[in-house]
Amino acid sequence: MTALETANQIKAKFGDLVSEPVEFRGEISVTSAEAGKIFDICSFAKKQLGFDFLVDITSVDNYGTDPRWTVIYHLRNTKTATELRLKTDVSEEKSELPSVLPVWRTANWHEREIYDLMGIRFTGHPDLRRILMWEGYPYHPLRKDFPLAGKPTDLPGVAFTKVTPMEGGPFVTVAGGKDAIDREPRVRTPENAEPAISDKRLIGGKLK
Amino acid sequence: MPTVQDIEIRDSAARTAAAEEELRDVQGEKMVLNMGPSHPATHGVLRIVLELDGEVITKADPDVGYLHRGDEKIAENMTYTQFIPYTDRLDYLAPLANNVAYALAVEKLLGIHDKLPPRCQYIRVMCCELARISAHLLGLGAFAMDTGAITVFLLTFTEREKIYNLAEAASGARLTNSYTRIGGLMRDIPPTWCAQVKQFCDEFEVALAEVETLLTRNRIWVDRLRDVGVISKPMAIDYGLTGPNLRGSGVDWDLRKNQPYLCYQDLEFDIPIGSVGDCYDRYMVRQEEMRQSVRILRQCLQKIPGGWTNDVKEPVSVADGKITLPSKQKVLSSMEELIHQFMLVTEGVNCPPGEIYFGHENPKGELGFYINSRGGGTPYRMKIRGPSFINLSILGELLPGCMISDVPVVLGSLDFVMGESDR
Repeated sequence: MTALETANQIKAKFGDLVSEPVEFRGEISVTSAEAGKIFDICSFAKKQLGFDFLVDITSVDNYGTDPRWTVIYHLRNTKTATELRLKTDVSEEKSELPSVLPVWRTANWHEREIYDLMGIRFTGHPDLRRILMWEGYPYHPLRKDFPLAGKPTDLPGVAFTKVTPMEGGPFVTVAGGKDAIDREPRVRTPENAEPAISDKRLIGGKLK
Repeated sequence: MPTVQDIEIRDSAARTAAAEEELRDVQGEKMVLNMGPSHPATHGVLRIVLELDGEVITKADPDVGYLHRGDEKIAENMTYTQFIPYTDRLDYLAPLANNVAYALAVEKLLGIHDKLPPRCQYIRVMCCELARISAHLLGLGAFAMDTGAITVFLLTFTEREKIYNLAEAASGARLTNSYTRIGGLMRDIPPTWCAQVKQFCDEFEVALAEVETLLTRNRIWVDRLRDVGVISKPMAIDYGLTGPNLRGSGVDWDLRKNQPYLCYQDLEFDIPIGSVGDCYDRYMVRQEEMRQSVRILRQCLQKIPGGWTNDVKEPVSVADGKITLPSKQKVLSSMEELIHQFMLVTEGVNCPPGEIYFGHENPKGELGFYINSRGGGTPYRMKIRGPSFINLSILGELLPGCMISDVPVVLGSLDFVMGESDR
């Protein structure tokens, strides 16, 4: 079965919900009009059309147009080497579409990456948290309105969202707190330093 | 001598119960161990949060992103040619293969990927196979060293050094080669290069045989690898594994065969696949892949158009002034070439609007580039499918049930690079 035939089968099954297949450089793309149906289309593609391998999920920010997001799935049938691109648009207000994790488990990290960098949420994902940026980072850097140079973040110590295991103890330096030398009770400063033996000799005139 | 407990609990039956209770507490307690991000066995900055019950792993949560540089964001802000040096830094153990993958992706967008000059195709294939050998050698050396066989590391690094010399002779750089250009190569290979490659092939086969004698039937090596980290065929496909990790699980899938690009359909080579999907199978697949790469290299040396020295001046880049830079001589003497050069340098290659995905069989797996173009010299959106990123996502399911001493073995057999995983 060629990619075009599979695209036509999806079209036959879902009717007006999916667009006519588009070909560019030998690759077939179909677009689903409704993002909420993407799970149904994907499970149909896997079960009926044999697309057992999910190559990639990615997203595009169409900044300035509505709907703002496009989410793109690259499907592959490893038996016939057929490939198909599945696309769907998601509006900025919604920013949400169903997770395809139950269909292909590889979707797990792809969806986490899209959530992290683009800020699109996947409903039904069991563990949707940031993956490349750190926990607690406030922005989604792949959005077109995020500047290339980055944004200063006004959350101090944002990388450390949990208490350090031995925080408060003598060996842990806390951001903004005293450093190890200041905390050391036995430190010798000019004020509390005992005179060295050679100095004592000089002061007392004789060795005590 | 009575212990503290004896005095507190005088009744001997209650004392036994209390002792058992205490023992159960110790057994039931899970320990969380933080492995990485700077740990020699995690090959870079991978962090794994392991939950342990004694020595057995009950939960593993890989944490990636420590090497995230925002390559996809950077790509949106520069021309296609300017991004080539960034591809060196994806899988920095095989920069030549990354260069080829990226150039082929942009050429597919331009529609010239099947019009490349034959000599260029052969040189690119040779670069890819050298990169594959180099990456597998490092993966194998580090894998063996983590398992306690340091000699192998020394042997494989000696051979890698020769590949670095070859890369240096071709591109001028040892690590960050940036050898390809959109539509061709930076320059032709030097006349002595093919002879050097042939010499490398001869020496490498001897060294590989020596590595085999050290490892393949080594009792310790086999005991530590066999039946450890078993990935079944459906699981490998479900998790989207690619490259030797997929083939180790017995899936006959190689982009060089299944979706041939460059001149791979003119070359004879076999695709090794595993049967069990354990660490030993993945090791054996990589061993055989290196041997097949040498086989490909030898065929390329025989078939390369223009011969070893290229006396007939076969081109290595497409002859289109709107895609590749014209020669300096022409730029300085002819108006048209001057305009081409000016446009290429300032605005980049003018790509048509459209979107393409190109997957390349890299040493670690399928390195894919999805390019969304709206015309002009800059991509609107470029997604890099790093195979290591996807290969690592299986760890959460693969590690539970393993012993903690199996972690370096499983990680070594998956053979990942964080530069590509975190992008």
